[in-house]
Amino acid sequence: MKYLKQLMIIMSVSFLAETIKYILPFPIPASIYGIAVMFLCLMTGIIKEEQIADVADYMIAIMPIFFIEPSVALMNSLGLVRGKVLQILLAAFLSTVAANLITAIVSSLIMKKGNKDE
Amino acid sequence: MNSISQMLASSAYFGVFISLGAYLLMTAVQKKFKSPFLAPLLWTLIIIISFLMVMGISFEDYAQSASKISFFLTPATICYALPLYRQFNVLKKNFLAIILGVTAGCIGHFVVAAGTAIMLGLDKSIVCSLIPKSITTAIALGVTEEIGGIAGITVIGVCVAGLTGNMFFKIMYKALKIKNPVAQGLAMGTSSHALGTSSFDPKTEEVQLAMGSLAIVVAGILTAVLVPCIYPILESFMG
Repeated sequence: MKYLKQLMIIMSVSFLAETIKYILPFPIPASIYGIAVMFLCLMTGIIKEEQIADVADYMIAIMPIFFIEPSVALMNSLGLVRGKVLQILLAAFLSTVAANLITAIVSSLIMKKGNKDE
Repeated sequence: MNSISQMLASSAYFGVFISLGAYLLMTAVQKKFKSPFLAPLLWTLIIIISFLMVMGISFEDYAQSASKISFFLTPATICYALPLYRQFNVLKKNFLAIILGVTAGCIGHFVVAAGTAIMLGLDKSIVCSLIPKSITTAIALGVTEEIGGIAGITVIGVCVAGLTGNMFFKIMYKALKIKNPVAQGLAMGTSSHALGTSSFDPKTEEVQLAMGSLAIVVAGILTAVLVPCIYPILESFMG
């Protein structure tokens, strides 16, 4: 029963998130509204950590299996990718390096400045 | 289509079975050889797609069974609120560095990903699939759907992002003398999500790990909110 209750809480927040997405006009995935709602509930104590922790930690641990089916959909667009694999890999690689360096440089500059001010 | 293919295509359990089976198999292989090239999700996709194509089973037939698993994607993603809540003190202490650093990284990623993809002559749907690729798959798939990308290409991009981080970034930090552990963790989480973050040693690099997992959630949320907002500007360039 403990796990069923935890699942019920997570599903309730999911349903609420879906409802918010339906009402608001922004193209933001429902899961983001859900994270915000769940986070606020945890901060305000409406939901206690131990009321969801077992099921939540389990879901996070097995997360990759939820991506399998949407990703296999790639087989329907293989024609689109054909002959472009190298370009896709290159764009993916370069943008990863850029995101990493920019974050590292900006955050270390801010922390350096913060330490001087203290 | 022969009778075995027909049976599998109409089965209620086959899609679930091959999805979980292939994934568990590849997790075991990864555990044995410990190579970042063996990313279980990537090889699971290769196994399933190859099998379906050889047997002549369509994605739709596979999905009518396998979509029962992905039904849980949104509830599972919502659970990321829990690690965020657990690390709230770290977030509060380094708030400015985290928010500005991760925001800069996300915007930089958007510009470079879209820029290089357009320069390399890739189609609009592929460009859209690559834009959310630095963040954790759960949120990236939602963003891809919102801006009209292809989920499978996003997953390839997410794998490249994770593998690049996992294999090269610690070497890069050493070479470029990026020593601040908070900055290392934030950068890794922003660019290479959980796969990159897992390259830090839990014993000696605890700060990097904590900041990495925090950055995964922050970058995911920021990208999910920012991308659909900046995307129309990009669309006007692509026509």
